[in-house]
Amino acid sequence: MPLANPIAERRADFPTLHQEINGLPLAYLDNAASAQQPLAVIETVSEYQRKDHANVHRGVHTLSQRATEAYEGARDKLRDFIGAESRAEIVLTSGTTESINLVAQSFVRPRVGAGDKILITHLEHHANIVPWQLVCEQTGAELAVVPIDERGQLDLERLYAMLTEDVRMLALGHVSNALGTINPVADIITAAHDRNIPVLIDGAQATPHMQVNVRELGCDFFAFSGHKMFGPTGTGVLYGREALLETMPPYQGGGDMILEVRFDKTTYNELPYKFEAGTPNISGVVGLGAAVDYLGEVGMENIAAYEHELLEYLTGRLAEIDGIRLYGTAEQKAGVQSFLLDDIHPHDLGTIVDHKGVAVRSGHHCAMPVMQHFCIPGTVRASLAFYNNHTDVDRLVDALLAARALFA
Amino acid sequence: MNAVSEAQSLRDLYRELVLDHARNPRNFGKLDGPSHTAEGINPLCGDSLVLYLDVGADDRVRGASFEGTGCVISIASASLLTETIVGMRTADAARYVDVLRSRLSTDPPAAPVIDLGELQALEGVREYPSRVKCATLAWHALDAALRGNDTPATTE
Repeated sequence: MPLANPIAERRADFPTLHQEINGLPLAYLDNAASAQQPLAVIETVSEYQRKDHANVHRGVHTLSQRATEAYEGARDKLRDFIGAESRAEIVLTSGTTESINLVAQSFVRPRVGAGDKILITHLEHHANIVPWQLVCEQTGAELAVVPIDERGQLDLERLYAMLTEDVRMLALGHVSNALGTINPVADIITAAHDRNIPVLIDGAQATPHMQVNVRELGCDFFAFSGHKMFGPTGTGVLYGREALLETMPPYQGGGDMILEVRFDKTTYNELPYKFEAGTPNISGVVGLGAAVDYLGEVGMENIAAYEHELLEYLTGRLAEIDGIRLYGTAEQKAGVQSFLLDDIHPHDLGTIVDHKGVAVRSGHHCAMPVMQHFCIPGTVRASLAFYNNHTDVDRLVDALLAARALFA
Repeated sequence: MNAVSEAQSLRDLYRELVLDHARNPRNFGKLDGPSHTAEGINPLCGDSLVLYLDVGADDRVRGASFEGTGCVISIASASLLTETIVGMRTADAARYVDVLRSRLSTDPPAAPVIDLGELQALEGVREYPSRVKCATLAWHALDAALRGNDTPATTE
């Protein structure tokens, strides 16, 4: 019986999805790498560039005011999208990577030294590992890593035991990009706060798939990217609690982040502008605002429910294939399934399924430690969005069977 | 590209000779007392292999072998490499690196300046730009080995 899909017609909103690859209709299953953009986003960006573009926060002329309104309007939408208290808490960045680096350098680096620990987990994307390694190199602090089990779930008992007095920061992903594991972040944040440990959540893989409310989560920082949630690349957000952002020095210096510049002393701008040096990605942010509106229309709860069913279908169909090995079988998962087939290398599988019009990611997914945990060089990863359907999954399965036949 | 010619190009990528070398790689394993060793890393996929050479006093390659994990293309290429360069002077082996790299680029010169023999089987990667690095990984390692570099060679 076909899946009941109240949002099936939304696929029509995404122009990229309606094309042929190698003579076959595209089945796009690489959403965890980057999601496609709906017409609403593409047209908003285009309209902005055709009619309203100027620099923000600078001119008194009409276009500059329009650009500023559109840009700051997007900030308000993003504040509502994640349930932040104030627009001062929404720092616009180039993406999750920059958001995490900002916290690492401006919040953690001045607060740690030898004998202190920064705690992350074995599930993290490189963007939530390397910035902390840099801080450790700069300060002598030590990086500690929470282990995972064979299903790709955090060892929570170990995690709670590792929240010791010398931990100055806990940084962890909400949803694993490589395995799809959804971490119980609200409980973890509470436990960390009980020990006065601030928490950063890497939310890049959460915001496209589920309702997020930073006040309910209680996190200190929440980082996410625009292009994973159907917006333009080069956009992202750092949410930070206002009281913490106030205490932090600027991350970069330049225009727009100052109130007054004198050679003997420069006064920094108020939040969030203190962290936004230079001309930002205005058109991208305006487009991200349109993506937030679009997601509001579709409804995050509808998306989560639909993707949950589709993931079950995907996992079930993959499990039927002889020689398949699934990686990431956590109890709580978002729409991601990593796998290997026989001893076929992920790149060879990726090429064969692309030849059949199916786009998947093959490799280590910027999470090499996860691959090391399973003692494999990489996987093939199929990752879903709400515009995917049963046919996309069936096409993937057929393509995998073809690969199996070729390499038999 | 239509479905028919695409099927052709896929068979062109995974030619029988390539599949055979990937299934049964020649000279796989460590060499006893190698004179040259180099590691090659493809940062795109994380694959790595180690190339061992035994170069005699007469500057000829007496033996070559490799170890590592990789896709069909990178293993076949490494296997073909070890078969190709044995008996060659190191300068000739180094010339193969340049010729092969240029032959596998999307805009290759009209004709190879040396006969590539079985290595021509790798030319199917040209239609797959993302796979060229798989085919050149072992050759980057050979280049590094001959230059005496001890930092891993990458395909970047």
